[in-house]
This record gives sequence, structure tokens and C-alpha cells, in this order.
Amino acid sequence: MFGNIFGKLSLSAIPFDNPLPLYAVSGALILALFILGLITYYRKWTYLYKEWLTSLDHKKIGIMYIILAMVMLLRGFSDAILMRGQQAVASGGSLGYLAPDHFNQIFSAHGSIMIIFMAMPFLVGLMNIAVPQQIGARDVAFPFMNSLSLWLTTAAALLVMVSLGYGEFSKAGWSGYAPLSEKTYSPGVGVDYWIWGFQIAGIATTMTGINFLVTILKMRAPGMKLMRLPLFVWATFFTMVLVVWAFPVLTVTLAMLTLDRYLGMHFFTNTHGGNMMMYVNLFWTWGHPEVYILILPAFGIFSEITATFSGKRLFGYTSMVFALGVITLLSFSVWMHHFFTMGASPKVNLFFGIATMMIAIPTGVKTFNWLFTMYRGRIRFTTPMYWTLAFIVTFAVGGSSGVMLSIPPADFVLHNSLFLIAHFHNVLIPGALFGFFAGFYYWFPKAAGFRLKESWGKRAFWCWTIGFYLAFMPLYVLGFMGMPRRLVTYPNPAWYPYLLVAAFGTAVIALGIAFMGIQLFVSIKERRALNDPTGDPWDGRTLEWLTSSPPAEYNFPKTPVVDDIDAFMEMKERGVAYERPDQYTDIEMPKNAPHGLIIGGLAFVFGFAMIWYVFWLAILAALGILFTVIARSMDDDIHHVIPAAEVKRIEDERYRQLASASERLHVSEQAIPEPVPET
Amino acid sequence: MMTTEVSTIGIAHDEVVEHPSTIEVQTFGFWIYLMSDLIIFATLFATFGVLGRNYAGGPTGKDLFDLTYTLGETMFLLVSSAAFGLVMLAVRDGRKKLVLMGLAVTFLLGLGFVLMEINEFYGLVAEGNGPDRSAFLSSFFTLVGTHGTHVTFGLIWMGTMMAQVAIKGLTSPVQSRLMRLSMFWHFLDIVWIGIFTIVYLMGVMS
Amino acid sequence: MKTKKYFVFIALLALGAVTLLGGCSTIVLFDPKGPIGESERFVIIAASVLMAIVVIPVFIMNFWFARQYRASNTKSTYMPKWSHSVKIDLAWTRTHALDPYKPISAANPDPVNIQVVALNWKWLFIYPDQNIATVNQITFPVKAPLSFKLTSDTVMTSFFIPQLGSQIYAMAGRRSRLHLLADQPGTYFGHNQQLSGRGYADMYFQAHAVSREEFQAWVEKIRQSPEKLDLDRYKKLAQPNDGYFPVTYFSSVKPDLFEYILHQYDPTWGKNPGPLSRRSVSPPAGTAVAEGN
Repeated sequence: MFGNIFGKLSLSAIPFDNPLPLYAVSGALILALFILGLITYYRKWTYLYKEWLTSLDHKKIGIMYIILAMVMLLRGFSDAILMRGQQAVASGGSLGYLAPDHFNQIFSAHGSIMIIFMAMPFLVGLMNIAVPQQIGARDVAFPFMNSLSLWLTTAAALLVMVSLGYGEFSKAGWSGYAPLSEKTYSPGVGVDYWIWGFQIAGIATTMTGINFLVTILKMRAPGMKLMRLPLFVWATFFTMVLVVWAFPVLTVTLAMLTLDRYLGMHFFTNTHGGNMMMYVNLFWTWGHPEVYILILPAFGIFSEITATFSGKRLFGYTSMVFALGVITLLSFSVWMHHFFTMGASPKVNLFFGIATMMIAIPTGVKTFNWLFTMYRGRIRFTTPMYWTLAFIVTFAVGGSSGVMLSIPPADFVLHNSLFLIAHFHNVLIPGALFGFFAGFYYWFPKAAGFRLKESWGKRAFWCWTIGFYLAFMPLYVLGFMGMPRRLVTYPNPAWYPYLLVAAFGTAVIALGIAFMGIQLFVSIKERRALNDPTGDPWDGRTLEWLTSSPPAEYNFPKTPVVDDIDAFMEMKERGVAYERPDQYTDIEMPKNAPHGLIIGGLAFVFGFAMIWYVFWLAILAALGILFTVIARSMDDDIHHVIPAAEVKRIEDERYRQLASASERLHVSEQAIPEPVPET
Repeated sequence: MMTTEVSTIGIAHDEVVEHPSTIEVQTFGFWIYLMSDLIIFATLFATFGVLGRNYAGGPTGKDLFDLTYTLGETMFLLVSSAAFGLVMLAVRDGRKKLVLMGLAVTFLLGLGFVLMEINEFYGLVAEGNGPDRSAFLSSFFTLVGTHGTHVTFGLIWMGTMMAQVAIKGLTSPVQSRLMRLSMFWHFLDIVWIGIFTIVYLMGVMS
Repeated sequence: MKTKKYFVFIALLALGAVTLLGGCSTIVLFDPKGPIGESERFVIIAASVLMAIVVIPVFIMNFWFARQYRASNTKSTYMPKWSHSVKIDLAWTRTHALDPYKPISAANPDPVNIQVVALNWKWLFIYPDQNIATVNQITFPVKAPLSFKLTSDTVMTSFFIPQLGSQIYAMAGRRSRLHLLADQPGTYFGHNQQLSGRGYADMYFQAHAVSREEFQAWVEKIRQSPEKLDLDRYKKLAQPNDGYFPVTYFSSVKPDLFEYILHQYDPTWGKNPGPLSRRSVSPPAGTAVAEGN
């Protein structure tokens, strides 16, 4: 084990013999080099380093998380296209264009990437942008740890990306069931890439969980009582409770699998007393809360958007909060529904089946509350509202299919079939992903300072929605036809027409993604016309719309005092939203720091070294991380002060913009006061 | 960490909630981290509960554990916790030299614990009862070893704190870190009591 | 604008309905051939109806409310809780009745015992009472209760014949159980439903339900096979193969081969089942079926 200095590294790990990954990696490398070249040409490296890579500003960290999510969405979606394409041609004897080993890597990568490297960064990014502003704070509780979480997640994503071009990825599915994921049955590096990617990202997420829990509980503005929090903050709170409780279980489970693989231990092996059922239980003890971690933030976003674009306070605030809480608690009591067919007794299966059904109740409460928020509102059909409307109905279908699966005897014939695939995509795409898209459109002006062009957004929406139905409704039918999941080829030609429709649906979604790209490009080009001068492009209800777009580094020059739910709307109605403070004070903010970036880089080296058994390098990287942490702790000079004069200058400019905007937009409700004369 | 200006915009408020202090925020955050660490140990305990009787024809706890030895380890750890308690009293009184001495004593006792544990593990591996022998031994080594690894990181942290106290004195950030290290150290004590009971005592008694 | 969306959804739903009607007999879960499958189909349909009671109003309200424009005033909400208790009642009775470990009480009391071993990447079927074995094919009399005992000599797999009913995992060192029955003669498609590696997609097999006479004839045919499943042959069989493994017959089987395979992974198997083990399952009261080993 400590022998070879190069570990398992060799040139043969590059897939020279496999054209598909070779082209994919070459393409990605060329694109990456192109981007690096552009940055060099425009001499932006200093700017990038100072303003972004070493920033501890939650708003910038949030933006970087979302960029990561979007890149990984493209990668995960490419995997989807490959799979749907393969199944559309590999009917009745034809082998298609993907060998089984390759296909198995693709679906493992698809699930792993979409859940851990697309959805998680997306929701963490949105939380970073919105939550501190929504509670009237200037940053999260631990800005340095925030930066650390970002760069660790990026390092982990990079590991997964590297596996495409060097070595292989796991072939054991995103869930990595033992003993298939053990050394005996997966001797290559694939499962190790998967393990270290998940492990590093998991640690980063746990830190985010701690960060946001403390932020929400300790950093709220005066008057922002818990039952006055915006729903997105509540959703974030409960999500982070789930994170802190559940992710440590994943950490331990992966660690035990690692020990099995690296040191020959016997936690989950077939022999020497190992128990593969223990892996399944532990994995899903994390895995089930994880899917609620993915959906709760979307619920929060939809609550904000429904209220804002219905021009009406959210219906049933208290029941919405309690519903979130009940879902959080119940999500820990249902994990067994992922393996009803593993042979437990009916009483055990039933307990978990009934607990699962019960989760449908608070979700139903939320659905009806959203509908009743719309009822007798004044609905504006912006792109975020489109996503919301599609979500409400489509998610109801997905949730229902989940209730069907929660009945053990039904699950006995549907488990691991395409019905299951249809179910979880039906809740994850129209549920989580549409929520994140809606949040992205909703908060984009706040983060960037200009709106996204609605026309392209709506086109993208239609493609996504229609494409989704085309791609996944046939899968429900295929489940009823007895088709299992994860098949590279299949002998039953009756399945073929449905798979063809599904492949077509995937193509429609691809068009939707293309439209989103075009929308970004066009919006950036026309950003002056789409400019958001007031910081409140939607007539928002919550505090983040009080700041400018984009906000100053410190968000609020003076911490607002909160009186009610929908704090900002309440201020606007009283006419005090834009009152100028008598004087400004110095504001202390965290200084930029490179340590997060450095630790992220070292974590990547550590992961890579462990995967390839280059243990001396792993030890060095680990020591490097330790020293960087200690170095950071020795540094007492971690803040910088923004002098009052500078704050005043920034705010005066803001009020100038507000004044000219109110003239242009004939906004007469809000009086924009004259500046206090300099003393 | 951040200065707070409470706006006096609008209606006057009787109760103006101040932001909590930095040390309160950091302590609370660390507490939540400790709870996540508790879940890690809970999972390891659960695994030990399920796999702890899978001897695969190999030795059992009764065959392997020496309770006197374990008592020795326990004493090292418990007394080191008591020493740390004295350290925190010295911090409160601002007595830098006493803090350093207390930390050194705690460190040595903790080091004693770790060395005893390494010795125990080495002995087991040498006689062929390493963690690759059976599921019982895998879960034993991992549960006890994870605790030992935590203690080791605590020692590294302690060394760093001794350096910081010596160089910077008992500044506010240093005090805050010592507070968190103290929580960490006592937490590991509590986990050890669980290990001592469930793994060693119950293992020998079964 | 909203009308357009409404019509799109209706169109898609219609497309879906037409698709469903198009190939009813290939939708095997709705065309079961045995009592287990029939019971499970009832559960699926009943659950769908119950959930439609909730989902359809959501669809209606979503599009109807989206067309309202007036200022706000709230009304009280309603929650159709009664549908929930019906679901639980459904789940309770059916889950107990459809426990895969529960033998089927049938008029014909002669169970056919089949031992299933999942291999890489094929299914080995041992008939202990007839002392024969096959790969990737099982045959049994119509209306005979089938008593499967399953294990694996590789990773976790899931044994499933969709048209007959429930699936169950097969795992190394562990014996799981399944009881099925076929009401009608026919050939039913079976496969592995849990990813088990490179050859996972090739782990399918045929299950033939035939008359008693045809079953006897089939057994006799197998007894003519030159292949014998002794330990050496088994070890060769357990080697990984690529592609679909052709149907193979063995005219005799090493005695207690199934137990041997189990013991490889768990030397204590059969001696001390732990408290969480399901090795002991008592047959339901009033069943004439004798539980074999």
C-alpha cells in the first residue's frame, strides 16, 4: 500500500480507446483553455482574484455557487442525453452505441452530479444571495467558512469532472450499494472518485448547514421575530436542520466504505461478518433527508414568488411554517421506503409506508395554501410565476406517484422500475429544479443589477415544461410495463416507442437549456436597457428588495427594524421604506482571504491522491490543509472598515438613482428625500 | 465582528434587540458542529450495535479487552478534562502563566491516552486481530479509532492554542477559541464514557 | 395566455391516455396472471383513484385561480382528510396479505420449491425436490403455489416476475423468500431489478406456467441432460460471463448446494438467527401448505 511512489497513476488511465469520453474531455479542455485565454487577454486575473476568488461576500459566493451549478447542469444533462439516446436505439437485439461499462458510469455520474453538484450548489447559492438580506443582516455568521464551503464543493465537482478524462467513474449507481461498490466487485478507481467527490462535498455542505443555522438564529435584524421570517428563510432553516442531522451519517457511511476498500475492513462486505443491508440502511438514513433538503428550499422560493406575484400576503403563514417543520421531522422516519423489497416483515414495512404517506399531508397543506394565495390576488405572469404554476400541478402528480410507491405491495412491483425513475424526476425537476430556476429569475436582478429578458425566459420555460412531460410521462407507462431502470439494452421491443418519445422530450429540454443560454447572453448584452435602478423590480415584499441592485458590500447602511411579516412591503405601505438616515457610521466587514481557495485546491489534490493511491501526496495535501487552517487562525487582522464617508458616498449615489428612477417610472407612493446637507 | 447600527426609522421601539456578541455566535456555531459530531458517533455506535457480534469465527471482546488497561486510558482522559476545567478558570481570571501550565498538563495527559490507544491497536494488529479480521473488529477499530483521531486533533489544536496564548496573550479571539476547545475536549470525554461502557464493559460481560 | 397553457396540458394528458390505451396487454402490471399480481394491481388502481381525488382539484384550482384578477380577501381552507384513512386501511390489509414471505394457501396443496441463486450475470434455479437445476428458465404447474428461497453468490440482486407479482432482494449469506402463483398458462418475463454490474441488463429469464403433465415431461427432459451440477461445475458456472447466458439444464445437483452457497459467506447460517432475522416465519393459520426448509 505504501509502495509505489506513483501509486496507481499511469497513462493507460486516459481513455484513448474510447472516443466518446475522449471527445467530451477534449471539448471541455478546449473550452476551459479558451475561457482562461479570454481572462488573460482582457487582463482580468487580478480582478478575478481580488473581487471573486478570495471574496468572503455572501452575495459573490452565492453567484459563484450558481455558476458551478449551471456548469454541472450541462454535464449532468449530457449524461441524460446519452442515456435516452442509447435506450432509444438499443431495442430488441441492437446493442446501441454505449457499452455496459460505459452506460453504467453514465447513469451513476448523472445522478451523482445532478443531486450533489447541481442541485445542492444551486440551492446553497440562492440561499447565500437572499437569506442574509432577507433577515436584514450584513453577511452570514461565518463568512470565511462560507468561502471554504464553496471551494471544497468546487474541488469535489472538479474531481468528478476529471474522472471523465482520467480513469473512470463509479459503475455502482449514484447510491453506491454494497457489495457492488466494494473492492471485490469494483476494483477500479471509479467508486473512489465517487466516494471522495461526495465526501468532500458533504463536509462542505455540513459547514454550510452550521453557518446558516447560526445566521438565521443569531443575526436577524431587530424586530425580525421568528414568526416574521420570510418563508424562504424558514425553508432554509429547516433545510439546514436536515443537513446538520443527516450529512454526518453520509460522512460515516462513506468513511466505512472507504475503510473497506482501502484497508480491507468488513463493514459491508459479503464475507467476514459484513452486512450489506447496513449500508443500505445508513445510506438512506442520509438519502431520504437529502431529497427533502433539495425540495424544501424550492417550497420556500415558491412561497415568496406566489405571494409577490399575486400581490398578496402568503395564505396561512403559520401553517406553512408548521408544514415545513413536520416535513423535516417526518423525513427522518421514512428511509426504509427505499428498500421495501429487501425482506423486512410486513409490520416494519407498514410503519415506514404509513409514515411516508403522512408526509403527503403537510405538502398538501402547502399546495392548497399556494393556491389560496393566488385566489383573489392580482397575478402578474412573469417568468418566475410561470415556473410556479407548472410546479403546482406537476409536483402534485409526482407526489401522488410517491404516495403510490409508499404502499409496500405496490412498491413490490414498482421498485427499481422506470415508474420509480418517473416519480423522482417528477418531484425533483418540476419541484426542486423549477424552484431553483424560478428563484434564479426572481433574484437575478438583485444579484446582477439588471433583469433577464422575459421573452427568452418564457420560451425556455415552455420547452422545459413540455419537454419534461414528453420525457417522463412515458416512463410511468414503462414502469407499468415491467421495465427496470438502468438497462443498457432491453429485449422487449414493446418498450421502444415510449423510449423514443422520452428521447424526443429530452431534445425539447435541450432546446430549453439552449434558450436559457441565449437569454443570459442577450440580457447581458442589453443590460443597460434591462437595468434595475431601484433594487425593487417586482414590487417585492421582503427586505432584500430594500437594498440596491446589486447591493453594496454591507447590504444595509443601517440595520432595518422590522415590524411585521413582509417587512419591506409594510415599510412601503407606511411610506418609510426609503427614509434617509441622519448620519452614517463606519461599517466593519470581513476582509478577503485566499485560504478558502487554497484549502479547496489542496482538497482536490488530496482527493486525487487518495483515489490513485499516491499516499505521500495525500499526506502532504492534508498537512497543507492543516497548516492553512492554523495560519488563518493566527491572523487577527481579518476585518476591514468601510468609513462612514464612503458609506455616505455609496448611499448618496443610490438615492440619486432612486430619485431619477422614480421620475422616470412615475413612482409617486415613495417619496425620495433630499440628501442631508454635509456638515 | 460586525458593528450594528439600529435604525431609528419610524416608530420608536421599547425593546431593541442587540446583535449577539462574536463569542456568543462562535460558541453557538461550535455547539452545532458538536451536535453534528454527535451524529457521527451515534452512527458509529449504531454500526457497532449491528455488526458488533459478527465475529466471523474470530475473537470476541471478551477475548481481547483488558479492562484494567481501559481504566488506565479512562483515567488519563478524565483527569485531562479536569485539568482543562482549571484552565478555563485561569482564563476567566486572566492568569496567562497558569493557563499555559494547565494546557501543558492537559496536553500530556491527553497524549498519554492517545499513546495507550495506539499501543492497544498495535498489539491487536500484530497478533492478527486487526480491523480486517471481522466486522466486529472493523466496527471496534473505527469507533474507538475515530474517537482517538478526534483526541489527536484536539491535541494539535491545544498545541496551537499554547502558541497563541504565549504569543498573543489572552485576547478576545484567543479566549473564544479556548472556550471552543474546552467544549470539544469535554465532548470527547462524554463520548469516551459511551465507548467505555458499550464497547469495553458490555463486550467483556457478554 | 393561460388558456394556451391549459390546452397544452390537456393535449399532453390526452396523448398520455391514448398511449396507455394503445398497448394494454403489454402493460403487464395491469394484466397480471396470478393472485399476487392481481392484488397488487388492485392496490395501484385504488391508490390512483384516491390520489386523483386530491390531484384533479389541484389542477382545476391552479388554472382557474390563475385567471382571477381581483383584490384580496381570504377564505378558509379545506382538507379532505377522509381519503387518508382509506389509504391507510388499504395499505394495512394489503401489506400483511402480500408479505412475500407468506405462503399462499391454495386449493392444490403441493408447493413447488425452487431455490434461486443470483450469479454474475445469470440466474441459477435449483429444484431440490426434483434434484434438477436450470439456468435462466423456470417451469412450474399452473395453479401450484411456488415457494422460492433466494440467495446470491455475488452482489445484491432483485428477483422479479412482473406479471406474477412482488420482487424480493437476493443477497449473499442471506436467504430471502418469495411466494407466487400463476393462475393461467403462459410464458412470463422475469429479470433482475437491482443493478449488479456489467451484465445486469442480461439477467433476464423465462418463467413458464404449464399443465401438470407438461411440467412432469419437462422435468424428465432435464433428467436426460448430460450436464451435472457438482461443485466443480458450479464453481465454473459462478464465473462472470458477458452477454445473455443461454438456458442450461442440469440433470443432478450436489446435495445441499444451496446451503453450501449460503455457508460460504456466513458460516453460522442456520445456527443462531439473530433477533432481527426473518429466518423463522410461521405459516398463516389454516393453511394446508407444509413449509419445507
